[in-house]
Amino acid sequence: MNRSEPELLLQSAPLLREGLTIPTAMRDVIIALLPALLAGFWYFGISALLVVIASILGCVMTEWIFTDKQKRMIALSDGSAILTGLLLGMTLPPALPLWMAWIGGVVAIGLGKVIWGGLGGNLFNPAIVGRAFLLGTFPIAMTTWNLAKGGTDNFFNLYPSTFTAPFMQVAPTDAMSAATPLGLMKFEQVDTEIFSLMFGNTSGSLGETSGILLMVGGLYLLLRRALEWRIPLAIFISAGLFTLMLHTIDPARFPDIHFTLFSGGMMLGAIYMATDPVTSPLTTKGAWIFGSGVGVLIVLIRNFGGLPEGVLYAILFMNAATPLINRYTQPKVFGRRG
Amino acid sequence: MKQPTSSYQEMMKGIWRDNPVFVQVLGMCPMLAVTNSAVNALAMGLATLFVLVGSSFLVSIMRLWIPKQVRISSYIIIIATFVTIIDYSLLAVFPKIHKELGAFIPLITANCLILGRQEAFASRTTVRFAVMDALGMSGGFLFALMALGSVREILGEGALFGVSLFGPNFEPWVIMILPPGGFLTLGLILLFFNWVTEKRRQAQINYRLSLNSIEESRV
Repeated sequence: MNRSEPELLLQSAPLLREGLTIPTAMRDVIIALLPALLAGFWYFGISALLVVIASILGCVMTEWIFTDKQKRMIALSDGSAILTGLLLGMTLPPALPLWMAWIGGVVAIGLGKVIWGGLGGNLFNPAIVGRAFLLGTFPIAMTTWNLAKGGTDNFFNLYPSTFTAPFMQVAPTDAMSAATPLGLMKFEQVDTEIFSLMFGNTSGSLGETSGILLMVGGLYLLLRRALEWRIPLAIFISAGLFTLMLHTIDPARFPDIHFTLFSGGMMLGAIYMATDPVTSPLTTKGAWIFGSGVGVLIVLIRNFGGLPEGVLYAILFMNAATPLINRYTQPKVFGRRG
Repeated sequence: MKQPTSSYQEMMKGIWRDNPVFVQVLGMCPMLAVTNSAVNALAMGLATLFVLVGSSFLVSIMRLWIPKQVRISSYIIIIATFVTIIDYSLLAVFPKIHKELGAFIPLITANCLILGRQEAFASRTTVRFAVMDALGMSGGFLFALMALGSVREILGEGALFGVSLFGPNFEPWVIMILPPGGFLTLGLILLFFNWVTEKRRQAQINYRLSLNSIEESRV
């Protein structure tokens, strides 16, 4: 009779836990962004790396300053500020002066997140708020693009504008600029070959140019089930169909479908920014509406607006519509009429 | 009124505690529209000061003769008189500023801050208090306009009153001159004001609590 007592583990519910927490969700997105980010560093050199670091620093410092002392470490360790800084940095031109990138980070967290009550309270995607502010504030520096030079030899060649003193203008000697594929299309009707568009060997924002690598990251997120796949799919379908329609009507004026999908901030915006769970609709039907709205607006702004790129404003606009979409797409409660 | 106040207190309340812009949030239209430079803000503030003091003075003198039923239109006529005076004076003396302020000088007539002071204050007190209150309120308005105008001009053009502060290489923050800059700056200043007020209120509550606990410990 030497039976040992059965071990009982007494524990209150919930007994089954999923490993999905805010830090893991943020870490997944950061991992997914890495390939495109590394490609950006490869194409644009150490200046790109410094720009991303400056924008992350701006975000983290703002979060640190404006969070309660007790909640500080919790707020910082969930990685959301780092992710915002990373996303913002990836939408910036690689030769942007570092102080501007830093201010973008401060605005992204300060006006985009903290002021709304922190993570989960914001109406607009913080990274896009930061970029919109920078675009409105420093329009020249934000639309000066540099050629992708690529390679290890050029990695340590800084762009001369990177270390511009705070509040000072970029020295005008910096003449290495080159138009982005979108700018070329809009103002000179020049198409860029599809291979460059897909792999990112073009001028443009440092983390946006490589469509394929961004899609690889998206696939990783899909496998980890950390992505609301309906939103990017809806964006691609609606933007694609709309472009197809325009292209059939006037092929000389409107770009082809592959150009729409692989140029500018389309991939980064559709996969990583529009799907931000805080600022996109909660319901399935809402996700479809949200995505198609973004897609149509992107094509509208690109082809009929004054700016070559419209992803930023399209997402901001639909962010503003998100509460409305949520209200009108609430599922019917079982057993109730209407 | 809890207690009879001195005319000095009447004036000071408009500048900080009851600031027309930061606390009452009145007169937002000129506030956002003409504060893209410090000079414009100053001109607007002084014009408003003239109109408010003048009309408060006149309304207070005539408060016993204005019939209650038509008081609003009477105030508006008095205000419009002073607005016309300042409009033509600016046009004659500073035509450039007059051109920049444009329609916003005639629009002072419809500034709810001015009409509000007539209705709520000048028509109910003696001339001395009415004028002191008008001075304080328009002083507070001027202070707010200048705060906004200076911030926007310093960041937007790197200058104050047209004098360059940071040299020719300053990178202008274009958004600060544009309407969004007005909203952003005003929002941030309001945020700061509310923060200060809240802190002060909290400190008062804590002070009272500590007094209570001292009394309790005595008992």
